[in-house]
Amino acid sequence: MMNTEVATTPLSPAPGRAGAQSTRLGDTLFHLVCLAGALVVGVLLALVLWQLFKGSSLALKQFGWKFFTGTEWNPVTDQFGALPFIFGTLVSSGIALLIAVPLGIGTAIYLTDLAPVRLRQPMTSLIEMLAAVPSVVWGLWGLFVLMPLLRASIYPCLQKGLGFLPLFQGPIYGIGLLTSGIILAIMILPIVTSVSREVLRSVPNLQREAAYALGATRWEVTRIAVLSYARRGLFGAAVLGLGRAIGETMAVTMVIGNTPFIGWSLFHPAGTLASGIANEFTEATTDIYQSSLFELGLVLLGVTILVNIVAQAMVRAFTTDETRRVA
Amino acid sequence: MEIVVATTPVSDRPNTMNKILTKSLVASLGLAFALGCSQKQEVAEAQTLINGAGSSFDNPAFMMWKDAYANADKNVQINYQSVGSGAGIKQLVSQTVDFGASDAPMTDEAMKTAPGKVLHIPIVAGAVAITYNLPGSPKLKFDDAVLAGIYLGEITKWNDPKIAALNEGVKLPDTSIIVVHRADGSGTTFIFTDYLSVVSKAWSTKVGKSTAVNWPTGVGGKGSEQVAAQVKQNPGAIGYVELAYATQNKLPVAELKNAAGKYVGPSPESVSEAMSTATIPDDFRFSMVNAPGEAAYPIAGASWVLLYEKQADAKKGKMLVNFLKWCVTEGQKRSPQLDYAPLPDSVQQRAVKLLETVK
Repeated sequence: MMNTEVATTPLSPAPGRAGAQSTRLGDTLFHLVCLAGALVVGVLLALVLWQLFKGSSLALKQFGWKFFTGTEWNPVTDQFGALPFIFGTLVSSGIALLIAVPLGIGTAIYLTDLAPVRLRQPMTSLIEMLAAVPSVVWGLWGLFVLMPLLRASIYPCLQKGLGFLPLFQGPIYGIGLLTSGIILAIMILPIVTSVSREVLRSVPNLQREAAYALGATRWEVTRIAVLSYARRGLFGAAVLGLGRAIGETMAVTMVIGNTPFIGWSLFHPAGTLASGIANEFTEATTDIYQSSLFELGLVLLGVTILVNIVAQAMVRAFTTDETRRVA
Repeated sequence: MEIVVATTPVSDRPNTMNKILTKSLVASLGLAFALGCSQKQEVAEAQTLINGAGSSFDNPAFMMWKDAYANADKNVQINYQSVGSGAGIKQLVSQTVDFGASDAPMTDEAMKTAPGKVLHIPIVAGAVAITYNLPGSPKLKFDDAVLAGIYLGEITKWNDPKIAALNEGVKLPDTSIIVVHRADGSGTTFIFTDYLSVVSKAWSTKVGKSTAVNWPTGVGGKGSEQVAAQVKQNPGAIGYVELAYATQNKLPVAELKNAAGKYVGPSPESVSEAMSTATIPDDFRFSMVNAPGEAAYPIAGASWVLLYEKQADAKKGKMLVNFLKWCVTEGQKRSPQLDYAPLPDSVQQRAVKLLETVK
C-alpha cells in the first residue's frame, strides 16, 4: 500500500504539471512566432516607406507638388515630372481591366455553371497555367508574336472602323499603350478568372434553384441569382487584377515603347511608373535624378494604395445598395 | 514500482532523443558554418580580391581579362560587378570598390564629391552603329544633318529628298521612319547624343547630351538587345546599337559621313583610327566623336576605368595598377574578339604613364 502511494503521488501530478506547463509554453511560443510573422509584414512596409521617403527627399524638396503635375522628364536639364508615367500606368492598367474582367468573369461563369463537369477541371488547370508563365516570356511573346500581328492586321482595322475617335488616331508603331494593355490583360486573366470562379462557386445553390423555380431562363438565373449575389466578390477579383497590372514591369517595358507621353492615341508609345524605374535606375548619375526615381517608386506605392482605397469604398457602396434593396 | 519505473523513461525517451538530435544538429551546423568561414578566410589570405563596379558595356571585357589575368598573376582575383556607370561612380565615391568603370567621364561636380583625386584610364573603345529595317536591306549612307533630322523628328519619311540625295540608286519606300532609341540610361546613348550635339546646333540646344535624354520622338527599348529587336520587328525602323549587337543580329549598318567628308562604316579599325586622330587631353577626359581622321568612324567612344590617385592600401593599389597596365597593353590584343576597338599604341603608352603616377 505504502509503496503504491509513494509511487503514484509524485508521479501522477508531475507529468500533469509538466504537460500543462509545456502546453502553456508551447502556446506562448506559437503565439509569439505568429505575432512575429504578422509584425514582419508591418515592419517591412514601414521600412520600405521610410527608405522611399529618405531616397526621394531631395526631389520632394526641389519639385514639391509640381512633381505630380510636371509633364517634362528631362535628365539633361534635371527637370522631372511624373505625370506622363502616372498617365501611362493608369491607362495601360485600365485597358487591361476592360479586357480581362469581362473575359475572366465570363470564363468563370462558364466553368461554374455551364461547362460539362468533366471539362471543368482541365480548363481550370489550363487557365492557372497561364499564371505560371514568367513575365519576361510574356514580354518576348508580345514583342515577337503579338505585336507584329496587331500592327499588321488588327490596328489598321481599328483605325479604319473607329478612326473617328481620337483614341484610334495617329501613326501605328505596333508597340504602345494598347499593346501593353492587351499583354497586361492576358497576364491578369488567370487571377481574375480563378478568384471569380471561387466567388461564383460560393454562391449557394439555393439561390439558383429558387430562380429556376420562378421560371427564370439560364441567363436570368445567372444575372439575377448569381452575379448580383456575387457582385462584391467579383469586384474584389477585378481589384486584385488591377493591383497586379499596376505593378507589372518587365513585360510592359518590352512592349510599351518607354517614352513619357500624355495624349489621346492608344497607338502611341508611353511609359509607366514601374518601367521608368526599371529602365533608368542603374544609370541615374545625378543625385536629383536618382531621387526623382525614388519618388516615382513612392508615387507607384501611393497609386496602388489609392486604387485599393477607392475600390474598397466602391465595394462598400455596392453592398449597402444591395442590403437596402433586400430590405 | 517496476511498471512505474518502466513507463517514465519510455515516455521521456522521445523527448530526450529529440533534444539530443536538435543539439547535435545545431552543433554540426555551427561547426559547418565555422569551417566555411575559416575556409573563406584562407582563400582571401592567399589571394588579394580587387573589387570593381560600373559600366555594363565594359563587362564582357573584364570577364575575358580576369580569366586571362589569373594566369599572369595568381595572387590577384578580380571581381567586377556590371551595375551601370552611374552606380559604378557612386560606389567609387563612397569607396566601397577599388575601381569604377564608366562610359562617360566624370563631370567636374562629380569629381568634387569624391574624397580624393580620381584618374581616368581609357580601357576599351567601341563604335555605335546605325542600323535600320528596310525591304531588301540596302546599304545606306547618312550624314550628320540627316541623322540629326531623323532623331529630331523633322525627317519622317524614308523617301525624304534629303535621304534620297545621299543614296542615289537606292529605292527608298514611302513609309514612316520609326525612330528607336535606348529607354535605359546608357553609355551608348551618351556617345550617340554627344555626336549629335557636336554636329547639330539644333540638337545641342533642344536635347543635349547625357546617358539618358528627353527624346523628341520615337520608341525606347531597354538595352541594346531590345533596340536591336525593335528594329528587327518594325519595318521602317532605325536605331543605334553597339556594333556587336548589329553584327550578332545580322542587321545592316549605315556608313556615315565623317569630319573629313568620307563615308565610313563602323569597325574596330575605324574606331582605332578615330581615337588616334582625336585630341586627347592629359587627364583623358576626352570625346572622340566626329574625329578628323580620313578613315575615322564618327560615332565612337571610349569607356574609362576610374581609380584614386592615392590608394588607401599601397600593396593592393600596386596590384590594381599592375592589372590595369596589363589591360591597356596585353589585354587590348584580345579586345577585337568582342568587337571592341583596341587602343592605339600612343594611347596605350600614355595610359601606362598615367597609371605610374598612382601612389
